Amino acid sequence: MIEAVGLSKRYGKTVAVDDLSFTVQAGRVTGFLGPNGAGKSTTMRMILGLDAPSAGSVRIDGKRYRELHQPLRTVGALLDAKWVHPNRSARAHLRWLAKSNRLPSKRVDEVLETVGLTGVANRRAGGFSLGMSQRLGIAAALLGDPQVLLFDEPVNGLDPEGILWIRRFMHRLADEGRTVFVSSHLLSEMALTAQELVVIGRGKLIAQCSTEEFVAQATENTVTVRSPQLALMRSALDEQGAGVREDKDGLVVSGMEMAEIGELAAAKGVVLHELSQQRGSLEEAFIQLTGDSVEYHAMGVDADPIAEAQTTGSTDLQPAGK
Amino acid sequence: MTLLAVERIKLFTTRSPIWCTLAALAVTIGFAALVAGVDNENPATIASSQFGYGFGLVVIMVMATLAITTEYRFGTIRATFQAVPNRISALLAKTTVVAGFAALVGLVTAFGSVAITKAIKSNADLAINTAFEWRATAGTGLVYAAAAIIAVAVGILIRHSAGAVSLVLIYSQLVESLIALIPKVGDDIQKWMPFYVANRFLTGDPDVTSRAVAEGPPASVTPLSPWGAAAYFVGFALVLLAIALFTANKRDA
Repeated sequence: MIEAVGLSKRYGKTVAVDDLSFTVQAGRVTGFLGPNGAGKSTTMRMILGLDAPSAGSVRIDGKRYRELHQPLRTVGALLDAKWVHPNRSARAHLRWLAKSNRLPSKRVDEVLETVGLTGVANRRAGGFSLGMSQRLGIAAALLGDPQVLLFDEPVNGLDPEGILWIRRFMHRLADEGRTVFVSSHLLSEMALTAQELVVIGRGKLIAQCSTEEFVAQATENTVTVRSPQLALMRSALDEQGAGVREDKDGLVVSGMEMAEIGELAAAKGVVLHELSQQRGSLEEAFIQLTGDSVEYHAMGVDADPIAEAQTTGSTDLQPAGK
Repeated sequence: MTLLAVERIKLFTTRSPIWCTLAALAVTIGFAALVAGVDNENPATIASSQFGYGFGLVVIMVMATLAITTEYRFGTIRATFQAVPNRISALLAKTTVVAGFAALVGLVTAFGSVAITKAIKSNADLAINTAFEWRATAGTGLVYAAAAIIAVAVGILIRHSAGAVSLVLIYSQLVESLIALIPKVGDDIQKWMPFYVANRFLTGDPDVTSRAVAEGPPASVTPLSPWGAAAYFVGFALVLLAIALFTANKRDA
């Protein structure tokens, strides 16, 4: 279990992470969602004791990272697949990591086998494709057979096959009862990978809930209807089985297309003053806080994010980098 | 011991230490061969075989600097701190391995230089039997080790290969010699500069029989005794290392 309490990180006047509190439970894949620059990587570095928090703390099973003895046996992490010396072979890279935590050298061959790199183990890591580098990073994370796993944007730049492999892999790790914390800037990807979500924007916590809940709210399409004949309109909508609730001087309708509502109004001879599409408030809050137009596009507001991810496979709409 | 093994694996699973070592051996032993082959006026001595030690020193300092700056360059320092959160132990282990290796290279260059001189001038007296002769040869190992510590410390502080290598080279090769050009005080400052002092350890107090002024690297005029000079140089390296370790432990990796 990972537990952050009031975690903050300031770089001069810039606040990268602002009073962040969340918990990550074992046995589930928890997504860490936020746009680029929201503070995800900084938070992950603080979890690993690489960066010191300006305030607050984060603990893994009750301990700070720097208090862990042979930490690779407790926490495995892939923050950046390029953290490998390009002239060192994949096996040599894993060999020194294994040695540092007194792990038997046969673990190196085991994890190479797990990620499918046995055949290229003696090749220099600098010549690896991004997908192979990611696999090597995952192998490194698995070395100590840890109960807690952290992955920072693991599917970034991967081909559809690689994405699918990682997705299944994370589920397997969580099914084994491990804590899996995986960051992404893509809601569509997280909708498929994560069961729980921690959502941040500009370093602040926006939501912590199940993915189902978040997606339902974020992608809920409602239509606002204003009319001088509201009661008539309401009964017509009720007849159609639409979800209706009153809001200020109008109705908020869910489960019905805007066009259908317009046609219904015409059929019943109801005068309309307004007929407009509304996005889920949580997503609006998300976009407002993140304020990133590219991110807004990548979120896939108009399309069903799940269907979109399935058809395109690759969900990486961003340029390289995080 | 575990951490030393880790750093040993790291050092010898990349190519640059191998190339740097070969380069260091080539310049020092090659220079000794050149001196022995060209200089027919003066008799070959232990001192005259060690002319090239400074060139090897430069190469080894570059190797030592790169051993740490490439870790920052490629992010493996973060992987290291992730595996070994006690940063001081991790960096001390690296320094020990790099300095130990530098010492070994120093010894090989020094005795290799003597050997090649002996091979070229077979009738020269190249027996190592005075304190001076031992310092001039075996002492090279100590000087290389301390210089490697300095280079690693600078590497930890600067973190960028180009910047750290430039600083190490410009300081040891230019600043210390050019400082003597400052009017009036220049010579007095130079006497206390670490690499200049280190030279005193290797070249100071020559025994008359084995070293004429023209033979061997220019002698240092530091008022310290040779062993005092060694302590001064090693002390300088350790202070710099302590500052570097303190800094690395405090700042974000």
